[in-house]
Amino acid sequence: MFRIFIAALTLLASPALAQVDIREVTSPGGITAWLVEDHSIPFVALDIRFAGGTNLEEPDTRGAIHLMTGLLEEGAGDLDSREFAAAAESLATYFSFDAYRDSVVITAQMLTQNRDEAADLMRLALVEPTFEDTAIERVRNQVFSIIASDANDPDEIAGDVLYAQTFGDHPYATALEGTEESVAALTRDDLVTAHRNVLTRGNVIVGASGDITPEDLGRLLDHILGDLPETGATPPGDAPYNLTGGITVVDYPSPQSTALFGHRGIERDDPEFFPAFLLNQILGGGNFRSRLMTEIREERGLTYGISTFLILFDHGPMMLGQFSSSNELVAEAIDVLRQEWADVAENGVSAVELEAAQRFLTGAYPLRFTGNENIAGILAGMQIDNMPIDYINTRNDNVMAVTLEDIRQVARRLLDPEGLHVVVVGQPEGLETTP
Amino acid sequence: MMRLALAAALSLTAFTSSPHAAEVSEFTLENGLHAVVIEDHRAPVVVHMLWYRAGAADEPPGASGIAHFLEHLLFKATETMESGEFSRVVEENGGSDNAFTSWDYTGYFQRVASDRLGLMMQMEADRMRNLLLTDDDIETERSVVLEERGERTESNAGALFSEQLRASLYLAHPYRIPIIGWRHEVEALGRQEVFDFYQRFYSPDNAILVVAGDVTPDEVRALAEEHYGPLAPSMNPRLERPSEPPQIANREVHYADPRVSDPYVVRSYLVPERDPGDQRMAAALTLLSNVLGSGTTAVLPQALQIDTQRSLYASASYNGLNLDDSVFSIYNVPTGDVTLEEAAADLDQVIADFLETGVDPEQFERLQFQWEASRIYETDDVGALARRYGAALTSGLTVQDVQDWPDIIASITPEDVMEAARLVFEETTHVTGYLNQPTDQ
Repeated sequence: MFRIFIAALTLLASPALAQVDIREVTSPGGITAWLVEDHSIPFVALDIRFAGGTNLEEPDTRGAIHLMTGLLEEGAGDLDSREFAAAAESLATYFSFDAYRDSVVITAQMLTQNRDEAADLMRLALVEPTFEDTAIERVRNQVFSIIASDANDPDEIAGDVLYAQTFGDHPYATALEGTEESVAALTRDDLVTAHRNVLTRGNVIVGASGDITPEDLGRLLDHILGDLPETGATPPGDAPYNLTGGITVVDYPSPQSTALFGHRGIERDDPEFFPAFLLNQILGGGNFRSRLMTEIREERGLTYGISTFLILFDHGPMMLGQFSSSNELVAEAIDVLRQEWADVAENGVSAVELEAAQRFLTGAYPLRFTGNENIAGILAGMQIDNMPIDYINTRNDNVMAVTLEDIRQVARRLLDPEGLHVVVVGQPEGLETTP
Repeated sequence: MMRLALAAALSLTAFTSSPHAAEVSEFTLENGLHAVVIEDHRAPVVVHMLWYRAGAADEPPGASGIAHFLEHLLFKATETMESGEFSRVVEENGGSDNAFTSWDYTGYFQRVASDRLGLMMQMEADRMRNLLLTDDDIETERSVVLEERGERTESNAGALFSEQLRASLYLAHPYRIPIIGWRHEVEALGRQEVFDFYQRFYSPDNAILVVAGDVTPDEVRALAEEHYGPLAPSMNPRLERPSEPPQIANREVHYADPRVSDPYVVRSYLVPERDPGDQRMAAALTLLSNVLGSGTTAVLPQALQIDTQRSLYASASYNGLNLDDSVFSIYNVPTGDVTLEEAAADLDQVIADFLETGVDPEQFERLQFQWEASRIYETDDVGALARRYGAALTSGLTVQDVQDWPDIIASITPEDVMEAARLVFEETTHVTGYLNQPTDQ
């Protein structure tokens, strides 16, 4: 009786749609932003992204944009590092500055009551960073520490090895933090150039949510971003794809092996993107019911968790996944992984799997739009992926329109059991690097 | 010019608008289930959490890891649901679900559309009492837990070090065991131990329901009556835990692991936690940890990262949400040419100077303003607020204690902070931990 009740309830209706009213705002100075205006809590969250990210570095300065980004809050205008931090604390405004492969992401939370002062401070960080010598050396040492720590982190090691084998001489092939040598060689001029290359009005994308009117947001953006140059460096072309099927074992002293696996992926604007998105969800979409989670964790207890994801790199998309297993179990887990990869490539998925994934994705989507910080991030993400502003209204229809045949087709095209490469970091039993 | 604007802002520490606060209410069912409701009507979403006053510190000696193992097994078969069906139903409804275990509590949560709250309660009430715990599920899931331990603890030098440090810090109290359990004890866990723990602790009178989001207290009460109301209470009192003997000796823990990239030193002290109706000392300790470690203008980073540049990272930590004695720690990750012994001496020196000079009043004013602002920011994420209430109530506090906390923080003076500092640094023994690479490398 209990089970019948649940079945009946889930068939009733999909959850109520969230009321998300996105407005496109154009500032007097010509900067556009997407805004969800909500005056219920007296603060605003901003998510500002500069497209291009660490791809916009000059040759032989690997790590320059990462280091530059870390220095934006370490002294600006006539404030030194400590004065800048004290000013932000006294306003209870919070900034974050992060460099990624395809964008530099800067977020802010500003209280309504002192928003103008917080904006002054943010403008200083973006437009007038001083890159003062002692700050450079201090943050450079922090970067050395990150590089050393990554060299001891199995997840990072696996990523570095896989990307190095995949991307040839493209920036994607190396860690965005740079190497100890490349970072040691960076000069203040390199940082000024890095800043000039990536922080431009032509590259900028803005998401905003919270207690601000469109007019106030426009003025705020002109103030924060208006003095940046219009254009910067030209992004590189598409990355080569040199990865071949097989296994790479990297010796690492640990009772567990970390496995990173995958091959070529699919572009966000590919006509078959939605079928691929559903395919990934069903195969290893990070929940407890995915095919790989069921076969490898739930049925066999070979791992704590396994997931796959579509990496939407602008210049070389990938389909990757990862898990960890004890050294004596990892070979068996990889066997199951290969079987499932081949099975789905050949046979697609079942109607039950597709329906479950569609229900989850369409039901979960409206639940994403909560919290100013979160919404600002979603709005910026949508723009950087070139989605239309009414994407939210059509997205669930696109998910529901995917058929079993669509998935069979895209699985045949995308999943390549022969081309699947697995990097194993650990001391796995019964596995060796393939020639 | 910029500086003038900032100077004006500095003096503007009073809030110009009255702090926005989330609507919080509570009720208790006849069977003892205590419920807290946090309203947020901005989006049609609800977070449903059920917390049990049972965690790793309630396990029988020699059988560590039961509470966490049981948390995994709650997703397996009940008398009416198949193994894995719980998560499948949540996902089919567009929701997400998970669970967590600490020393004082085990919690389960789902985030779903608010019109699915009844369904979540129905399933959560079912697994509170009707879990089958089949031998098959136990065998497979023990393997999963051992893999989890391998991934989270044994693959991570810092996690292994923290485990050893904690076991040295608590001499008798079961906070000394790791939540996930010692490997050799988890390997030996069987159905009987897990079932006994389940029977002992999973009952409505040992549970706290927290619902946050687009719901009214009346709706929550009606649904809770319907789904949790029929469950019988177990009437088991909370277990008395072993308490600490007087700690009269300082101790040292040295751990070397080739996977360490940034060696560091940490010094930890056992200190009071937040107690019901008595949170002033914990509030002073909280502000002490802020004064010493929050942000780059704090005492430790300012002295060691900025002024002398002898540290990559220096900080302090304290969390008052504990049922029993909590931990205050200071950390120092030195730069490459500074040894760990020197790094420990640097910590001593900074603390000695601090005890001499006291709290910088401007920094203190900034911190108090940030605490005021957090009352605004925190209402943006009621899921996090729900988690805070759950942790507080399973740590022995009341809803009133949680609501009083911001005012108590605001009432703490620099003198209170210095009194807390003297208690920690002058009157309490400590454990100093050194995490390093093997010397022969």
